[in-house]
Amino acid sequence: MGLQAVFFYLFAFVAVASAFMVISARNPVHSVLFLILVFFNAAGMFLLTGAEFLAMILLVVYIGAVAVLFLFVVMMLDIDFAELRSGFMQNAPMGALVGLILAAELIVVIGGSVITPQAAQSITTPIPSPATRTNTAALGDLLYTNYVYFFQVAGLVLLVAMIGAIVLTLRHRQNIKRQDISRQVARTPATAVEVVKVKPGQGI
Amino acid sequence: MDSFFLTYLWPAIVMIGQSLLLLVCLLVFIAYILLADRKIWAAVQLRRGPNVVGPWGLFQSFADLLKFVFKEPIIPAGSNKGVFLLAPLVSVTLALATWAVIPVNQNWVIANINVGILYVFAISSLEVYGIIMGGWASNSKYPFLGALRSAAQMVSYEVSMGLIIVTVLLTVGSLNLTDIVAGQNHGIGTMIGLPSSFLDWNWLVLFPAMVIFFISALAETNRPPFDLPEAESELVAGFMVEYGSTPYMMFMLGEYAAIVLMCALTTILFLGGWLPPLDIAVLNWVPGIIWFILKGMFVFFMFAMVKAFVPRYRYDQLMRLGWKVFLPMSLVLVIVTAFVVKLTAGA
Repeated sequence: MGLQAVFFYLFAFVAVASAFMVISARNPVHSVLFLILVFFNAAGMFLLTGAEFLAMILLVVYIGAVAVLFLFVVMMLDIDFAELRSGFMQNAPMGALVGLILAAELIVVIGGSVITPQAAQSITTPIPSPATRTNTAALGDLLYTNYVYFFQVAGLVLLVAMIGAIVLTLRHRQNIKRQDISRQVARTPATAVEVVKVKPGQGI
Repeated sequence: MDSFFLTYLWPAIVMIGQSLLLLVCLLVFIAYILLADRKIWAAVQLRRGPNVVGPWGLFQSFADLLKFVFKEPIIPAGSNKGVFLLAPLVSVTLALATWAVIPVNQNWVIANINVGILYVFAISSLEVYGIIMGGWASNSKYPFLGALRSAAQMVSYEVSMGLIIVTVLLTVGSLNLTDIVAGQNHGIGTMIGLPSSFLDWNWLVLFPAMVIFFISALAETNRPPFDLPEAESELVAGFMVEYGSTPYMMFMLGEYAAIVLMCALTTILFLGGWLPPLDIAVLNWVPGIIWFILKGMFVFFMFAMVKAFVPRYRYDQLMRLGWKVFLPMSLVLVIVTAFVVKLTAGA
């Protein structure tokens, strides 16, 4: 137990500290790098609670893909910091409101589990012990049986979003050369080359 | 005090010892893999390759190491110094961290975790950060272009690689790397009554998957013909332009560690890991680690030959191959494998 606590405090401390750095770093690229550190420590905490599958998926999806695109965009943007900071007071009430709502919700969640500790157990199916059932198998059993429709709908929503993004950005430009590999491969000497006998002094 | 020693300290010492042993073996192995790469490349081009330092040039890599370490590290004035120095560290640390879960023999693994293959996949998907950070922090045009290219390339090929891993997981039914190898003890060969042999390994049933995995591994590790992030004909040296001496060496070390990892992973997923090619008397006396290394070296030989043979892809061709060829093919493979596994499970 002692070692687990040490690691929990390590991950928690680094996560909170780098979360603070995300909002206080002057360089947006540094902010994103700190955000990645937050994700990484969150994955560590998932591991500590025994949710190994979630930890790895967090690494693959959030750090390996989402944050890369994030970094990509932030690096490409030419941000004027002075202008960004000038709007600080205008946006402050909005930010405070969002923060307040988040804090209130957190208090409700934590308060609920303090008042009735058994409530958390009654809303989910009992968690099988990690010794008998691996995390991945347990998650799969739930997702593909009880929640299969929700799972499929979530997939559909993502598919629609993807198609939407493609439709919005795709434009076929005329007048540019396109490579059609199947056509290139299908070319034979008969279709590609014409052998012409040229008589001397005449041209074609 | 005694219990503290037995529960915490002793396991920690054992783990550190194991890690150091693996690390030293791995680094020496990488030194010779690098030499082999250059020798194979030279042989294809009818050159001799490095042959001056030591007999047959065997100590070339160590001479290179000393050269890099004793050079002066130059940090460009306009660079972002912290990130600039962090980038090679990140890339080498991540590449070596993956080895914690790679089993090189039965029970020869530092951390035999349930989600081993996911861990490998997750960590290797992080390796792109070393490149992006290095390219951005250099504050220079070529490195930045190289970094952007590599980010897009590695993210694209990860998708098809993940799907190929899913097909292997479906056939084996476990995410544990040791179980994946053990699952290749029986298959097509044992079905027709032969002893456990190379016919049982995944390469036979999942041959198209292995080909896609191999090519994606080339793209994922930025090996030729997909070495666009460091295409010297277009970008000088890509994201490494501003690097020299030890940081540069660390980038190279990370790259080769990732390449050796991909060879090991191909061995584990498709070539039966440490299993002997025929489970008969003489062959199964050979320790499993020897088979593992032999198979890994065979895969690396293929990597090196591809580097020598195949001309570099153009960037749009690379993207087309990843998204329009490999992604649909691997998706179809997942569906077909799932159906076959489901239909044969009852029998």
